[in-house]
Amino acid sequence: MQRPALRQRLTAVLLLAPLLAFMLSFFVAPLVTMMKSAVSDPVATEALPRTAAALAGWDRANVPPAPAQSAFAADIRALRNDEQFGDLVRRLNSTQSGFRSLLGKTRRALDGTGAVDLAAIDPRWSETSWWATIADAVASPWTDKNLLAAVDLERNTAGNIAAMPEGASANRLIMIRTFVTAALVTLACILIGLPYAMVAASVEGWRRQILLGAVLLPLWTSLLVRTAAWYIVLQDNGLINAALKGLGLTSTPIPLMFNRLGVIIAMTHVLLPFMVLPIFSVLIAIPRNLMPAAASLGAHPLRAFLHVLLPLSMRGVVSGALLVFMAALGYYITPALIGGANDQMISSVIAYYATAAANWGMAGALGLVLLAMTILLYAVYIRLTAAEERSA
Amino acid sequence: MTPLPILKLVFAALVILFLLGPLIAVLPLSLTDSVFLNYPIPGYSTRWFRELVTADSWRLSIVNSLLIGAGTTALATLLGTLAALGLRGRRASLVFSTLRTVFLLPMVVPAVVLGVGMQLMFSRYGLTNTYLGVIIAHTVVAVPFVLVNVSSALQGVDVRLEQAAASLGAAPATVLFAVTLPIALPGIISGALFAFATSLDEVVLTLFVAGPNQRTLARQMFATIRENISPAIVSAAAVFIVGTIVLSLAMLAVRRRLA
Repeated sequence: MQRPALRQRLTAVLLLAPLLAFMLSFFVAPLVTMMKSAVSDPVATEALPRTAAALAGWDRANVPPAPAQSAFAADIRALRNDEQFGDLVRRLNSTQSGFRSLLGKTRRALDGTGAVDLAAIDPRWSETSWWATIADAVASPWTDKNLLAAVDLERNTAGNIAAMPEGASANRLIMIRTFVTAALVTLACILIGLPYAMVAASVEGWRRQILLGAVLLPLWTSLLVRTAAWYIVLQDNGLINAALKGLGLTSTPIPLMFNRLGVIIAMTHVLLPFMVLPIFSVLIAIPRNLMPAAASLGAHPLRAFLHVLLPLSMRGVVSGALLVFMAALGYYITPALIGGANDQMISSVIAYYATAAANWGMAGALGLVLLAMTILLYAVYIRLTAAEERSA
Repeated sequence: MTPLPILKLVFAALVILFLLGPLIAVLPLSLTDSVFLNYPIPGYSTRWFRELVTADSWRLSIVNSLLIGAGTTALATLLGTLAALGLRGRRASLVFSTLRTVFLLPMVVPAVVLGVGMQLMFSRYGLTNTYLGVIIAHTVVAVPFVLVNVSSALQGVDVRLEQAAASLGAAPATVLFAVTLPIALPGIISGALFAFATSLDEVVLTLFVAGPNQRTLARQMFATIRENISPAIVSAAAVFIVGTIVLSLAMLAVRRRLA
């Protein structure tokens, strides 16, 4: 019996190997690359290896001693590659502005050979602050700067973690906005989806088919098509405003788009099926004679509803809410197309850092935050559904 | 007892209106002859459907979507079916169930996060701005659908049939191709259709990985809504909706025929 079992296992492993290799290369590796970009900062360490060694034991109270200064001069002279020099300038300038002119001037002055006096090239080299920035940059190829900046924190000059000055960064605000929007969408989905699933579970035959079909059809329809439809319906001279005007309810168009309301309406439409379907599948598993049983024991229909049906449907509501909230957190397309500048969620900010600003460190750090939140919610969801399968 | 059913009816009708109304309401606009997306429609014409097949940007994007969709379907169906066979009947094993969870993760990971990672990594290997890169990116998010569909189809395959075939002297490969796969075929086909639909609708990864030459229909629609919305978008949407209905009818027919 041992051999066939082993052989079967081997076959299974061989069948799984192609997808496993594919997913490791094109799903896991990109995510790891992204996370690495959030915490890596190799530019200065690679460009200034001698300086890194020489500044390791520097006391930071006085200007670095002559050997460290000539190590730095040697590193700058060795930088033949303009691209690498440009990266170094950008890296140092992002911490302390002024490095662009300082390094450019220094590099030109160091063009020849022989010993040089850096302080004679530029008086700034006799101030410790410039050296401290270099020492920080070459200390390690890793950085927590982006991760801290993702939650509006930074290291002050003493190296301690502190809040960024007011108005310097809006990441925390955007995260709160993302959470609030996702929570409102989840709430709207519960308020519409729970009663709808109850109605669908209470009827049979073609009525149920229609109710479920109405949920499934949008689910199968392209997200772009649904977003385009809402764009057309919600615009200032769109259907809803035209109807309101026709009914004489308003004379000026009510702004329904490029604001939070439009984003929430369109996202609720997209995510509603993920709320209705789990609740419905829980409800149809409830024995049909339970409500009549409650009634026969003298419970008022409302009481039977509150004490029998509602608690039993809660499992579906919880899984639906987790699914909707999780999907809403990472939403990009709908806010990007229906929302205004003040409705952009964390995904839009990540996309901005990656495509417009080419700041991979910040894109990676915010991506890491979003990924961690999503995986956490997914783990809760898995645990809940696994517990249900065991208890079922 | 009468008010409750009426309330139920009104509520259900309102939700159905919310779910289907916008989709149905915009379709007639695909036949407008004006450049605006407003009612009332001044006159009817097929100019925007003609625009889809004549304007280079739309025609190229439709061709690209079909090419990339076909590539994604082939790759995802192959990888997903093999893996579903490997995972079959091993729900109890911790290693295999963990693998299954990992394979399903692309459904959950936010597309923008995956897109940033793919752009960073793909650019190192020259995969950005290539058809292969886009097909690979789409396959990552399409494979879970194949895996789920084929796995559930395999659960419905009676092991005794395979044992019977084996006891009559069929080699394992013969059992697989003559018994298991034909029975699981509806699941494989609906998995493939899901993979195609996923690829057709994918925008975010395409934004990060594809270049102008790989612009897909969904990407083109995204750009149109964002930059200068025109009735061509509704014509494209109409094509999408008709395509969806045809695909779902095909799926139903396959299920019914093979069930």
